[in-house]
Formats: sequence, C-alpha cells, structure tokens
Amino acid sequence: MKKLWRYLPALPALMLSGCTVDLLQPRGPVAEMNRDVMVAEFVIMMLVVVPTCVATLYFAWKYRASNKEAEYLPTWDHSTAIEYVIWGVPAILIALLGAISWWSTHAYDPYRPLQTADNVKPLNVQVVSLDWKWLFIYPDLGIATINQLDVPTNTPLNFQITSDTVMTSFFIPRLGSMIYSMPGEQTQLHLLASESGDYLGEASQFSGRGFSDMKFRTLAMDPAQFNDWVEKVKSGSENLDDTTYPKYAAPQEAAPVQYFAHVQPDLFDGIVAKYNNGMMVDKKTGKVMHMQSASNAAPSDTGMKE
Amino acid sequence: MLGKLSLSAIPLDVPILVGTFLGVAVIGLAVLGAVTYYGKWGYLWRDWLTTVDHKRLAVMYIILAIVMLFRGFADAIMMRTQLALAYKGNPGYLPPHHYDQIFSAHGTIMIFFMAMAFMTGLMNLVVPLQIGARDVAFPFLNSLSFYMTLVGALLINISLFIGEFAQCGWLVYPPLSEMQFSPGVGVDYYIWAVQISGVGTLLTGVNFFTTIVKMRAPGMGWMQMPVFTWTAFCTTVLIMVSFPVLTVTLALLSLDRYLGMHFFTNDAGGNVMLYLSMIWTWGHPEVYILVIPAFGVFSEVTATFSQKPLFGYKTMVYATCSIMVLSFVVWVHHFFTMGAGANVNTFFGIMTMIIAVPTGVKIFNWLFTMYKGRVEFTAPMHWTLGFMITFSIGGMTGVMMAMPAADWILHNSLFLIAHFHNVIIGGVYFGYIAGMGFWFPKAFGFKLNEAWGKRAFWCWFVGFYLAFIPLYVLGLEGMTRRMNHYDNPDWYPWMLVAEVGAIVIACGIVCQLTQLYVSIRDRNLPENLDLTGDPWNGRTLEWSISSPPPAYNFAVIPDIHGLDTFHTEKQLGLKAHGKPLAPIHMPKNTSAGVFIGLFSFILGFASIWYIWWLAAIGLIGIVATMILRSANRDVDYYVPVSEIEHNEEVYSRRIAAAQAAE
Repeated sequence: MKKLWRYLPALPALMLSGCTVDLLQPRGPVAEMNRDVMVAEFVIMMLVVVPTCVATLYFAWKYRASNKEAEYLPTWDHSTAIEYVIWGVPAILIALLGAISWWSTHAYDPYRPLQTADNVKPLNVQVVSLDWKWLFIYPDLGIATINQLDVPTNTPLNFQITSDTVMTSFFIPRLGSMIYSMPGEQTQLHLLASESGDYLGEASQFSGRGFSDMKFRTLAMDPAQFNDWVEKVKSGSENLDDTTYPKYAAPQEAAPVQYFAHVQPDLFDGIVAKYNNGMMVDKKTGKVMHMQSASNAAPSDTGMKE
Repeated sequence: MLGKLSLSAIPLDVPILVGTFLGVAVIGLAVLGAVTYYGKWGYLWRDWLTTVDHKRLAVMYIILAIVMLFRGFADAIMMRTQLALAYKGNPGYLPPHHYDQIFSAHGTIMIFFMAMAFMTGLMNLVVPLQIGARDVAFPFLNSLSFYMTLVGALLINISLFIGEFAQCGWLVYPPLSEMQFSPGVGVDYYIWAVQISGVGTLLTGVNFFTTIVKMRAPGMGWMQMPVFTWTAFCTTVLIMVSFPVLTVTLALLSLDRYLGMHFFTNDAGGNVMLYLSMIWTWGHPEVYILVIPAFGVFSEVTATFSQKPLFGYKTMVYATCSIMVLSFVVWVHHFFTMGAGANVNTFFGIMTMIIAVPTGVKIFNWLFTMYKGRVEFTAPMHWTLGFMITFSIGGMTGVMMAMPAADWILHNSLFLIAHFHNVIIGGVYFGYIAGMGFWFPKAFGFKLNEAWGKRAFWCWFVGFYLAFIPLYVLGLEGMTRRMNHYDNPDWYPWMLVAEVGAIVIACGIVCQLTQLYVSIRDRNLPENLDLTGDPWNGRTLEWSISSPPPAYNFAVIPDIHGLDTFHTEKQLGLKAHGKPLAPIHMPKNTSAGVFIGLFSFILGFASIWYIWWLAAIGLIGIVATMILRSANRDVDYYVPVSEIEHNEEVYSRRIAAAQAAE
C-alpha cells in the first residue's frame, strides 16, 4: 500500500494519457493559434506565479514567529526599489501579453476569411441553432443536414450563423474559436480542418431543457470523399423549404441526424429576416431588402410550453 | 383571487424537495420552540430584530450568509453528484427541469445572499470601529438594508417549495428568460428576490460611503484610513455606480415579462446583446465589490499576524483605487464570442489584463509584509496564505481568458467555471472566513477555536483543488458548463475526482460548524476570553475598545495622528484618551425596517404570482410605514455619563484582570 503512494504524482498524467484533450490537440490552423496563444500565456504567467507561490511559502516559513534567528524589522514598511520591481515586472509582462493579444485578436479575428496556400475555394455553410439541434445549410450545394456537419479538409470554411430560437454558441473545440448564434443576427466564423476525423461539435451557451444533447458530429474528410457524400445526400428525398421547415424547427431533444437533398435557396435569409420585420441586409450591396419568403411570417411560437 | 397560485404549484411529486421541506420545517419549529420555551421573544425583538446597532446587524448579516452558504453548497454537491452519475445513458437523479433550477439558484444564492451578505456583515462590524465612529451615517437605513437582503433570501428559498426557480442560469440571459421560453414563475422569483435585495445593497453603499466620508475621527485624513476601510470605501463606490444598472436591467426584463414589451425579446426590435452588455456593466464591478473587501481583510490579517505594518500602504491604496476604476472598462470580456470587431475585443482584453498589475502588486505587498516579520500561524493567517497561492493561480487563468484568442475556446467551458471559483473561493470566501476569525472576538468577546479553524482550512484548501483542478482539465477537454449528462468517457474520471473534492469541502463546512460549537461551549475558558479588547496586538482603532464594544463604541472619540495611531500609542505607552466624558447622542431602535421588509415580501411574493390585490397591500404598507417612520420625531436618545462611566470602569477592571493573569 505504501508503495502505491509513490506513484500518486503520476496519477494525473495517467488519467490524461489516452484521453483526448481537445483544446491541446488542435486539428486546424485556428485551433492551433488558440492553443499556442493559451500555452504562451500560461508559460509567461508562470514566470510570475511560480516564484510568487514559492516566495509566499518561503517567507511564511522563514519568518515564522518561532524562528528567533530570522531578522525582525517591526517598523519596516517601505522600499522604493521593491515598489519599482513589483509594479514594473507585472507591467512588462502585461505589455508583452497585450502585444500578443493585439496580434492574435486581429490576425485570427473570427470574421476574417482564411486562405490556403493553393487558394482552395471556400465552402459556405449557413448554421441555424434550433431547440435543441443544429441545422447546417450548404447554400452553394443546395443541401442541408441536421446535427451533422460534413466538411472537406484543407478547405476554408465560411460559417454564417444565426438562431431561430434563443441565443447559443457554435463551437467545434478541435477546430477552434466559437461564435454566438443569435436570432435576427448573422454572425460569421472562419475555420479550417487540416486533418480528417470525427470531432465533437456543441452548443456552448446554455439554451434550455434539451441543451445537454445539443451536439453534432463534425466529420472532416478529404475533398473527394466529401463530394461523394454530397452526392449521397442529393440522392435522398427529403426537402427543406417553407412548408417542411416548421416541422423540423420544432423543439426536439436529442434529435437524430437528418439529410435534406434540396433546400430552398433563401431559407437562411428568411430565418434572419423574420426577426427583423421581414428585412434583410444584402451582404453584397449593403442594401436593405424585403424578404418575400413565406418563412418571414410572424415568429413561430416555439416556446417550451409545458 | 390567487393569481397563478394553486395547489399544483407545490412540488409534492419531487421527493428531494418534500424531504428538504420537512427538514427545514423541523429545524424551524425547533428554533421557534426553543425561543418560546426560554421566553426569549422579547429579548430577540428588542435587542436584535429592531436594532439599528451596526455590530448587531453585522452578526445577523453573517448568520444569514452562513445559512445561505449551506443552501448554496447543498446545490453544489447535488450538481457534482448528478455529474458523477449521469454518464453514458444514465440520466442521473436530477432531470433537467430540476437540475437547471439548481445551477441557477446556486449562483444566485452564493453571490447575492452568501457573499454579498457576508461582505456587508464584515463592513458593518468593522468600518465604524476602524474610523472611530459611533454608528453609521443612517442607522435606520442600515436596518432596512438588512431586511431587504433577508426578504430577497426568503423569496429565493420559498421558490423551492412553492412554484419553481429560474432555469436559465444565475444571470437569466434573455431570450431564454423571456415569457416565450420561460413562462413559469421561476424568472419572476429571480427578478423580485434580486431587485428587493438590490435596494438593500444600494442603501448599504450610500450609507457606508457617507459614513466613511463624513464620520472619520478628527485627524484621520484619507491617507490615515486603515486599509480595510479603504477597500470598503472602494466597494461602496462600485455599489453606488453599478447596482442602479442592475436594477434598470432587471426592470426592463420585468417590463418584457409583465407588460409584453420588447427590450430583449427575439422579435420586434428586442436585443439580447443589450441585456448582456448591461448586466455585465454591473456584473464585472460586482466581482470586485466582493473581492476588494477581502483584500482589505488580508491586509489587516497579514500585518497583524506578521507583527509589522503593512508593506507599501500607499501602493495598496493606489492599487485598490485603480482596480476600482478599471473594473468598469472590462465588461465586454464576458462576451468576446459575440462577434465584435477585433479592435473592440483587443481593447477590453488588454484592459482586463491591466487589472492583473495592481492585483499582482497587492500580492507582493502582502508577501513583503511577511518579510522580516514574525509570522504567527493563526487560523486567519492560514486562510491568508492559502489565498495568496490559490488566488495567484486563479489570477493566472483569468489573464489567460482575458486574451480574446484564448477566450474564443475557453468561453462557457468548465475552465471558466474553475477560474471563477478559483478566485471567488480562494479570494472572496477565504478572505471573509479569515475576517470572521479575526474580528469574531471583537463582536463577541471570545475567540474562535484555532484547531478546528485550521482543520476547516485544510479541508477547504485540499477540497478546493480536488474539486476544481478537474474542472480546468474538463474545460480543456471541451466540456461546456451547465450540462446535465454526457457520454464522453474521458470526462468521467475527472467528474469523480471533483465529487470527492466536493465531499472534502463538505468536511470543511462541518469543521467550521464544529468550530463555532466548540468556541461557544468553551467561551469562558481564560485562554479564549478577550478581556482587553485587543487579543491579537492589533494596529487599528477597533482594538482600542472593549470586546464586545458598548452600543456607542467609543466613550470618547479618539484623536488620530497618523496611520495605525492606536498601535503607535500602545508602543509609546500612551493612554488613548483623557478627555472628559459627555452624554452620547444615539439612535433609538425601530421596527420600521421589519415592517417595510414584511410588506416588501408581500409585494414581491404577490407580484411573482400575479395576486395584484395582495401586491397593492404590500405597496401601500411600504409607503405607509415610510410615512409613519418619517413623521416619528422620537428617534434618538442620550446615553448618560453615569452609564458611560460604569462601562468604562467595567472595561478597566477586565483589563486589570487580564494583566493580573499574565
């Protein structure tokens, strides 16, 4: 039994080995940047935190009341030199962190499109958070899915995000940054998957009763496979348009994955517009236009009536 | 007639709640029975419930805080147990409807009714004594503040047994908290509980601000004020500026819910982000409202138990004031993921990081206060050392999340939960408990038991790390907050460790209760009695008077010549005062606070349930009581010199007895 204690310090390492620590094992450039910034900060802060904790314990022990050997200065309460150091050192570190902050926030602004070296054409995905599931519309491909996001690897992903219920947050930990989804608003997020794999996607802002199951699989695959997948979805029979949408948008817990072979082109704009008196800003021209879509009727009452 | 209220509002189908109700009922009846049996109702009414004495209000605030700690902690350990069970298809024992109420109530209770009440209690006990004042500026308002806080706490706890509580988190973000998505009374309980207690907090802010500005003893300039009073001052400024924002925010939400307006709804021009922006304009200063007085406690404790003056007093004051100002320009860091532009995010990120500078300076100041001192390892000093280490780590993770690029992946994760518990338990809670141990003898005339205090510390310290380091890891593993169940096998072992941590913390709370019991039992043992009023060889004015102090605190208002005047005079062997005694003008006790509290309760409860005739009675009652109180001219009295002389003589005899014993 006694020997077991010796291995105790190794326990955390043991618990972590074989686990996926999503945020430390990125699968895309954005997530890599997130991790690098986080780790850099950790290391820089440790330069102060570790000495502070050690000094706390050391001073407390060295100057304990029972230690009559230690020097005792009962009226000493000021030293200009020390004050310079204790204001200066944190200030320098924070200046350094501030510089990193400025650079990373601008360079990896979630609104900034990503580019690959070989200028691959980005994939547009419109994301709608519903109660308690995710709808992904591929506007250029004319297909849509619920609770499963398939993406080609090494292709910039341009997400346009809104909500047709309460606000929540769109997050794929291994691909990086999250952004809120909000009714009547369109937010943007740009990610890229550099390796194929099956990654957790989740809602990270509490959104009510079915929140815990509001998850989706993110399947990153090479572009050829992705094209096969698109064809497979297109061969299906389900349509998503103004008539079928309300059925799928109704509150549902732990919703199953669903494919739609055809999507009404302006569905996403209609969802945004219905919270804006039917108005919608055209992103190309910046002009306000009136949506004609039937889904711009009064907001559907999707409340959790119990 | 009864609005939305009907028998079905009582959750008889939830065994946990029925059991809790029976427990509360038995304990409640036992307390009421004991008071009746010993014939203490008159004493309780005259000397406690209607008191305007800041020291007694302090005691009542802290009792409220401790009771609310039990409630909040019960919520916490229930959540931990749920997540230790609800893995891989097991739904656990708390369905979402119940679980969502628990995490909402946990946060609300711990912040508004545990931490705020504890902080106000400490301020009440210490501030007037430290500045040489005989009471606060508005003694009646002080009593009223307490009853407003109490009514808020009562409402939130009644929601357990009648109806339900909010299910949308402790800040009830819309649109989830709007009528469309939360048609029940839960959010209304939240609104009324927080609004009523918010009035109390705002009055406390005004009251103590005025007290500190206007009632300092002659000679006590700003730079002669004890550090705890400085921190209390900064907190009152923060309260006065930020609480009105909270009141307005929740008032707008109420307009949405009660009158069908559209400030934060999805449609008709409502804007959710407006709510987030407003609530955090209050919410971020709020965390400094809680932690700054804790910094004050640590300053007093470290200096006293290192037997040295505080290192860098002026630096400490400047650091506190800069934290106060900076706390108003960082609120957007609570929603870096909103999609704001890079310049906005960078500004608020860097502002947040800058707060780490004065905070770091404070830690170093305490460090150098111990340097070349004589550190006594009392229980309050244990909490202080535990704080310095824990808070350094919590501060570090805070700076990590201040960087927008890192927050984009850490936002809303369990990493965030671990961070703010790291600073709130490690900073706020450790600080308040250190303060309670430090000033307990001043309030009651005997010390708290040291051994049990240290046991409590070790349980809390170890339990904290066991409970929250796993949450940091879980955050890095991508687990978000407020989940009810999960199926990721990587998360499960960490959840078990966190559960063990919660149990160790429970042991800490048991140790604290035992400490109170043992201390009260052994209060008359000579080593526990505080006869001199200065058990720790203190530095500030509160230690220059008897423990507990007379109602008027100071027989003669002391003259101040510098920082730590009391300590200097003690060193020089000077008698603190030799001025002739004069009758002392004091406020009379009043029941107006009790009645306004009662009517506020009626107003709140009736409004939650849409019982409008009853709400009208509550409102009329409040106004009528205020008019009656305002018309009452018999609100003060003079303490005769003979009584002061008598008290002074008793105190001298106690000091002489203490000296003889040495």
